[in-house]
Amino acid sequence: MPGLIQSVERAAAILRLLAGPSRRMGVAELAATLGMPKPTVHGILRTLQHVGFVEQHEPTGKYQLGAALFHIGSSYLDGNELRTRALNWSDSLAGRSRESVRIGTLHEGNVLVVHHVFRPDNSRQALEVGALLPAHASALGKALLAANSYATDELLAGELTGYTAATLTEPAALRADLEATASRGWAADLEELVEGEVSLAAAIRDRSGLVVGAIGISGPVERLCDAERVPLAEQVSYVREAARAISRELGAIPW
Amino acid sequence: MSSYIAAIDQGTTSSRCIVFDQGGSIVSVAQKEHRQIFPRPGWVEHDAEEIWANVLDVVHGALSKLSITVHELAAIGITNQRETTVLWDAETGKPVHNAIVWQDTRTDALVRELGGEQGQDRFREQCGLPLATYFAGPKARWLLDTVPGVRERAERGEVLFGTMDTWLIWKLTGNHVTDVTNASRTMLMNLRTLDWDADLLREFGIPRAMLPEIRSSAEVYGTARGTLSGLPVASALGDQQAALFGQTCFEPGEGKCTYGTGSFLLLNTGEQPVASRNGLLTTVGYKIGDQPARYALEGAIAVTGSLVQWFRDNVELIASAPEIETLARTVSDNGGCYFVPAFAGLFAPHWRSDARGVIAGLTGYITKGHLARAVLEATAWQTREVVDAMNADSGVELTTLKVDGGMTANNLLMQTLSDVLDAPVVRPIIAETTCLGAAYAAGIAVGFWEGTDKLRDNWHKAAEWLPAMESSIRDKGYRKWRKAVARTMDWIDEDDE
Ligand SMILES: Nc1ncnc2c1ncn2[C@@H]1O[C@H](COP(=O)(O)OP(=O)(O)O)[C@@H](O)[C@H]1O
Repeated sequence: MPGLIQSVERAAAILRLLAGPSRRMGVAELAATLGMPKPTVHGILRTLQHVGFVEQHEPTGKYQLGAALFHIGSSYLDGNELRTRALNWSDSLAGRSRESVRIGTLHEGNVLVVHHVFRPDNSRQALEVGALLPAHASALGKALLAANSYATDELLAGELTGYTAATLTEPAALRADLEATASRGWAADLEELVEGEVSLAAAIRDRSGLVVGAIGISGPVERLCDAERVPLAEQVSYVREAARAISRELGAIPW
Repeated sequence: MSSYIAAIDQGTTSSRCIVFDQGGSIVSVAQKEHRQIFPRPGWVEHDAEEIWANVLDVVHGALSKLSITVHELAAIGITNQRETTVLWDAETGKPVHNAIVWQDTRTDALVRELGGEQGQDRFREQCGLPLATYFAGPKARWLLDTVPGVRERAERGEVLFGTMDTWLIWKLTGNHVTDVTNASRTMLMNLRTLDWDADLLREFGIPRAMLPEIRSSAEVYGTARGTLSGLPVASALGDQQAALFGQTCFEPGEGKCTYGTGSFLLLNTGEQPVASRNGLLTTVGYKIGDQPARYALEGAIAVTGSLVQWFRDNVELIASAPEIETLARTVSDNGGCYFVPAFAGLFAPHWRSDARGVIAGLTGYITKGHLARAVLEATAWQTREVVDAMNADSGVELTTLKVDGGMTANNLLMQTLSDVLDAPVVRPIIAETTCLGAAYAAGIAVGFWEGTDKLRDNWHKAAEWLPAMESSIRDKGYRKWRKAVARTMDWIDEDDE
């Protein structure tokens, strides 16, 4: 194809490699893998470093993906904007599911709650906007992590705090659960944060297909699961429909 | 089986149809915009035929999205942009002129002339309204004076008058009726008798023969013909009154505020109209069938959401309306800065056309974050002024403010509102309170819902904000706000404009 710029293609290949399983790679390793001359790779890395898309890992001198990349990627849509655009759909999710609704975004290994709709039973409830939830122990968090391997690795580099007997504290168990989440398109926390509480969530995407947030419901296990502790299909479909409706609102291609 | 109720929301920019189930949840929506016609500066018109075609489209659209037929609807209700006026030929059904929209200011001179010596409050006692270009009476008068041959034909009943509810009901059923809430925005209805007032008709020069019959807001006005054949048309309410109904403000002292481009606070004052000494409008809230009418006080705030739009489009410190919250949260208070958006003068409760906007309290310390706070607080303080006026006029204290509209997505604003009102602010789970109100009224008329108590059970809180401001801070803030308001006045001089 005419008009393609080789160095941009090469930069993309480097970014893709750094997003792969090895995470951190040296210049020589990258050059060998891509079959490119070392000075070329070095030049591209320095440029990418300059715009914040890669960083050099101090102790080893190896390169890794930079923070700026994640701001243009999965985590950045103004939370207030997301709430405004999602208002009608989150209301109707609460109305249909009869449970409370939250919308969250990833924030330094946690889920930041940017919107909260009360459970529609007129009981006393307090607005939880601004609260942080542990990403690995909430459905919102798992829906977000399943689409963000970088954030997942960051999280797995540290300790996974246990909140109940069911919290996934083993990295392998969490990874398996995130894979299942990604393939079925929704996440569940089965009493992993609070005993007796279940939450279900699905990811919200913008027009470029990037995950910008997640929407979910939470409530007692008796109301959200069947006798086998499997989430009720009806509730799951309400959550997924709301996520799809908001994604459409943000310009995502209908799927 | 009739398992649903539909509502038509004939709004300023679009017409929508929403279908509701028994629980009051939305099951289908269709919407279509119509043209805004601007023949001259200050003039705004709609093509009533286009609106009628769109209304039919959206009703059929909402039905087909749900894959149901018209027979599954128990009834349809109507809520509409208020005051917009159309005159049409009774024989052919063709409008004699485009509809004149509520924002249109062509009747400015006429309204001043009608006020004469006594000024804008000349007819307030009878109709509850000050003389202003918004209302339907002066618009009808302008059409009668301007369109050749129309006055004579109107006197013979060959040309009919209507607000958008009347136009749609006539098109649907062939019956020429309006409801008390829409009639209360014409300046021609007597608030106590709920009938056309002979004195007002004479003063405005409006022939009785062209006017619709005034009915309640919830009763069967007729059954539809044509493609919606057999469907009972069972409610009509002006948009703000429909929102009051949809928010289930059925008791005196219950009120709601809708926060959009502008904002409208309505307070149910019970079975008696309350005259305002503080610059509010007295209007009919709703009337269900044979039951007594419920009256309301209304405070309209011209510039709320539009100030956020102005900040976005003219100042360009934010790229979208919701970003104002992000910017405002970069600081913890307003830094002493107050913004009074008297862009076209001050409205309720001040009514000063000589005022213009002011940003007060500027110092070298003020940042864009403080300005964003001041923009949001302007909506909160303007609400406080209207609430104070309502409390003074009605003698009842507003205990909780129910809110709806686009700006309720702003948590910082909602918290600030609760802080400056020193009252809880609650948002219901259905933001579409306008359509819901029309659906509720229609549902009551045909027995789909038993009564207002059943509707209250459908009302659920989606969010609640509780006051968390020390009274000394609130009092100081209000004092400063009022000083800022004082500084807007007496700005316009003889040689301006
Ligand atoms: N998150 C927000 N914060 C502040 N203002 C907002 C926000 N979202 C929308 N708005 C304002 O609300 C108005 C739109 O609300 P809406 O109820 O759709 O109004 P209308 O029915 O009058 O068109 C706009 O003026 C916009 O500036």
